[in-house]
Amino acid sequence: MTPVLVVDNLETRFGSGAGLVRAVDGVSFSIDRGEILGLVGESGSGKSITGFSILGLIEPPGRVAGGRILFQGEDLVGLPSERLRRLRGKKIAMIFQDPMMTLNPVLSIETQMVEAVLAHDAVSWKEARERARDTLGLVGIPSPEERLKAYPHQFSGGMRQRVAIAIALLHRPDLIIADEPTTALDVTIQSQILFEVRRLATEFGMALIWISHDLGVVASLADRIAVMYAGRIVETGFTDDVLDRPAHPYTRGLMDALPANAARGEKLRPIPGLSPSPLARPGGCAFRTRCFAATEICQQEPVLQGGDHSFRCHHPLPAGVAA
Amino acid sequence: MTVFVIRRLMQSILVLAATAVIVFIGVYAIGDPAEMLIAPDATAAERAQVEASLGLDKPLPVQFLAFLGNALHGDLGRSFVFNQPSISLILERLPATLELALVAILIALVLGIPLGLIAGLKPRSVTDETIMTGSILGFSLPNFWQGMMLVMIFSVWLGWLPSSGRGPTGHIFGIETSFASWEGIRHLILPAINLALFKLALVIRLTRTGVRETMPLDFVKFARAKGLTERRVVLVHVLKTIMIPLVTVIGMEIGSLIAFGVVTETIFAWPGIGKLLIDSIMRLDRPVVVAYLLVVVSLFILLNFAVDVLYSILDPRIRLGRN
Repeated sequence: MTPVLVVDNLETRFGSGAGLVRAVDGVSFSIDRGEILGLVGESGSGKSITGFSILGLIEPPGRVAGGRILFQGEDLVGLPSERLRRLRGKKIAMIFQDPMMTLNPVLSIETQMVEAVLAHDAVSWKEARERARDTLGLVGIPSPEERLKAYPHQFSGGMRQRVAIAIALLHRPDLIIADEPTTALDVTIQSQILFEVRRLATEFGMALIWISHDLGVVASLADRIAVMYAGRIVETGFTDDVLDRPAHPYTRGLMDALPANAARGEKLRPIPGLSPSPLARPGGCAFRTRCFAATEICQQEPVLQGGDHSFRCHHPLPAGVAA
Repeated sequence: MTVFVIRRLMQSILVLAATAVIVFIGVYAIGDPAEMLIAPDATAAERAQVEASLGLDKPLPVQFLAFLGNALHGDLGRSFVFNQPSISLILERLPATLELALVAILIALVLGIPLGLIAGLKPRSVTDETIMTGSILGFSLPNFWQGMMLVMIFSVWLGWLPSSGRGPTGHIFGIETSFASWEGIRHLILPAINLALFKLALVIRLTRTGVRETMPLDFVKFARAKGLTERRVVLVHVLKTIMIPLVTVIGMEIGSLIAFGVVTETIFAWPGIGKLLIDSIMRLDRPVVVAYLLVVVSLFILLNFAVDVLYSILDPRIRLGRN
């Protein structure tokens, strides 16, 4: 099966000269139809920028400086803006992090949904409205007919996120990029949304890239995981493989830091130090300044090694040391 | 909504009453109109007779109560100078001023919003710098000087447009207006531009700032992610958002244009209420000054009300009459 999306050596940069930030620095991955890929990393690791790069929504001074983004065989890098616009929302949709901010406060839900339909399909307002109403029902919004007339401030955070998901689903896209869509929500709502999105992705056979800093969320959702650190993917593989046998000390660190993995009363074990400033990343392995296993050789850039389960480390952890 | 209107009406009456007191006392303090009206060589008896006929011999509270009693019947006193009801003097000249102010604000909006949008969408570009430099000139050059330059260039040197007076007027839908004839319009152009320049600069700045603040917001990015055209993103999502602060400011500016168009009306000898006010102050024509100020205050109250209503239409988060 040909993958829906192949990202090949993607580089996204901001600024120039001394202020040059390599926000995404040679990221490669692919995702098949119906597959869920979890993109995990801390704030500033470049995971959201990767998502925006795919949609061509990087704004100056940012730019995609290199690599290819093959969507159904077509390279999105350097595509004319009108062609890219036709893909956005139609074939590739995105759900944002903060549902309180993603909907325009001064436009009704109806307007915001109908315009999304009309942006791609030449149908009447009435038809578009019916589609919007049905999709609202699909994502579990009660009495969608009335809710269409409402404005965003009349919805709770969880309901707004459902509306955003409904908008993403309007055209039954082949790929959905979800940028931490549950981070801003209550835990109970989180699991509802998680469940809903997984159900819909399976139902429509959509590929889903789930961007999150929460390894716990991704573990329960994703088929495969890619762990990002300082603009690079440091470890990737099937979720079970990566979580059962983490090879990269960073992945291991993330797992140890999860409260769920610590016994009651036991201290959490955070990764020491802070994520390096994107302006002054250490050469070689960017994680070496915080890594317990780092040695001289880590000053050289490690290459990605391994097959289905690959990692970028000079000192991979031996199998069977999972937390 | 009804509750809101009623409450607003009560507030307006209070404001009007307070203004009436302040204005009446203030004008009383400026000077004795009898000094201006009566010939210096008049006898004491003639003097007393005139004062008695105008009611100037009574103490201030009595004069005020008499004024208030008459005002409640729609009589704001007779002009000492013209011996006409002062309110009819004002209403006679109000259309000329209203027309000038409305045309000026229309020019400011029709030019200002697009220019502000262009400047805000391409910040720090040559276009932006040019527009912003222009708006600084509009802001900082004194209004009277701008007026004189307009006369110099377009009337004296080029001879294209008349420099003074209101041209012939005609009636359109029963309203007396300069738009009935080309000659009338020609007379309107220079004063309207003069009055518009400052507001134009203001609208440009407000729009530009609004665009700059709105563009980076999540809902704009989400609108793009839906695949909307850039045109719709800017003209619907961004513009509707920035209309809210714009309407507030413009509403009040219309009031100030009507009330304080004095400079422009003087330069272009426009027969409006601004000129009437200045003349009346010079002649200590109390009833006209008092009536003028009350009309202006009423105008501001009305505009304020209109802005509040518009506000609630533009911003669904604000519903009038609910706390």
